[in-house]
Amino acid sequence: MKIAVCVSHVPDTAAKINIKDDGKGIDKTGVTYVVNPYDEFAIEEALKTKEKFGGDTVAISLGGEANKETLRKALAMGIDNAVLLKDDSQRDSLSVAKALADEIKSQNFELVFFGKQSVDFDNSVTGQLTAELLGYNCISVVVDFKLEGNKIIAEREIEGGKEVVETILPAVITTQKGLNEPRYASLKGIMAAKKKVIEEKPASSANNFVEVVTMKRPAPKQAGKIIGTDASAVPELIRLLHEEAKVI
Amino acid sequence: MGNKILVLLEQRNGQIKKPSLEAAKSAFDLSAKLSCEFETAVIGNEIDNLESIGNYGVTKVKHFKNSELLNYSPSAYSKILSKYAKETGASIIIVSNTSLGKDLAPRLAAVLDAGLAMDCISLEVTNNEIVATRPIYAGKVLLDVKLNSSVKIFTLRPNVFSAAKLNDAKAEVSVVNVDNPDLSTKVVEIKKSEGKIDVAQAEIIVAGGRGMKSREHFQLIDELSQLLGAASGASRAVVDAGWRPHSEQVGQTGKTVSPTLYIALGISGAIQHLAGMRSSKFIVAVNKDKDAPIFQISDYGIVGDVFEIVPVMIEEIKKIKS
Repeated sequence: MKIAVCVSHVPDTAAKINIKDDGKGIDKTGVTYVVNPYDEFAIEEALKTKEKFGGDTVAISLGGEANKETLRKALAMGIDNAVLLKDDSQRDSLSVAKALADEIKSQNFELVFFGKQSVDFDNSVTGQLTAELLGYNCISVVVDFKLEGNKIIAEREIEGGKEVVETILPAVITTQKGLNEPRYASLKGIMAAKKKVIEEKPASSANNFVEVVTMKRPAPKQAGKIIGTDASAVPELIRLLHEEAKVI
Repeated sequence: MGNKILVLLEQRNGQIKKPSLEAAKSAFDLSAKLSCEFETAVIGNEIDNLESIGNYGVTKVKHFKNSELLNYSPSAYSKILSKYAKETGASIIIVSNTSLGKDLAPRLAAVLDAGLAMDCISLEVTNNEIVATRPIYAGKVLLDVKLNSSVKIFTLRPNVFSAAKLNDAKAEVSVVNVDNPDLSTKVVEIKKSEGKIDVAQAEIIVAGGRGMKSREHFQLIDELSQLLGAASGASRAVVDAGWRPHSEQVGQTGKTVSPTLYIALGISGAIQHLAGMRSSKFIVAVNKDKDAPIFQISDYGIVGDVFEIVPVMIEEIKKIKS
């Protein structure tokens, strides 16, 4: 089976994010970039699926030269090949999905994994967009995944529970924390990944519909009142919540 | 050409969800600002009291009906609603940013070649154009965007927009029976987390961090949250330690929440946690470290031992509840 996993290269969640002076983007100076955390579950599930059913795995990332770091990480974890769809510009999700869909179509992947969202722009849409553009079935926010023949039975997280969803291949699955435990890259894997050639090609072009007007910081919250330093402060706290703030 | 707004309502078990009321009311406000029409659509089988959506400014609602559409089907929803959007000539589509809305909106965007702004916390109209504000980097940054496509899709973060009732008007419901919906992807079962309120929907969240010291001590969190009708939440450290399920995780790799009241117990406030809960309307923190970053964004704090303070909180709240 041909399995693809789409990965993005994002600022570490512990990073402080600064906005550029023009308000149109973030200042990348000093920011550590990592594999998007949700994509690690996608990589792991692609590897597990290959181990069970055989086949080839390819990691695909759209972006600049720096995205190679994330692709190398995927290779080090055990993904067979990597493709960089090169584009240094800022694209919106639909424009990214169009380029990914073109690449996936040209290689006839049957099963494609995405992280459920990138922790930068937090849209959580690229997997579903790509699936719909390809005419593939899609299940998003998956926490349990089973493949039987060409049938998929997956559980997706919803408010207050899970939905059990069925569909068939070809399909796109977007992965949520809890699906699996991503493996660590072995030393051997890291060494092998260094020697692999990352295939580079230009990302197919598409219009951006989303125009950034401005980026700003959320209004700083005033630090409030320390009511006390032991349990004797509790009655006053509860009174304030009940009578002043009226939240309980 | 003038605008036309289409709002997609969401039902579960035949009940219209609260975020859909917020979406309907927002569309009503938007239609006034843009001087345009707006329509609503819903997919399901029997739906209770659908005409009461009229209380939120809706005059007409289209009900796409089929007994097999009791639960969500991404394929059927996408086909039915993209077709309907084309027929009505909708230029603005409003969906709630719920698990269903997040799954559906991009599918519609791909079919309709529409620009998308997800998880909006405000929609402002300037020069007859919508500027949407959405948190990115889990709330570390607020992004204002405009969509330059002929069809524009916005999803609204639940619990942020008002769902204030306007009047007692009833909406005119027209039922369309759907023949042979495309069920190539369909929900076959729903597994509910027993008696639990989801953090993403809760009005009040009681969340515990590493300061709770063990899985067993989360009984205190659960007891307090039950008493308040709240959801129990957890920090990433707690989820990574396996004390609590990921569905309860608040923060950048968990859920971004904006409840009315957020009670943080034994949570120091890592940057990725604060990003996920800082838009809560009221924040209370209990932590033994007076320099914990959580106090920087809390309205009220107690510096002290959670194991001494939480039991007293439970007692005091019982008093006001009785």
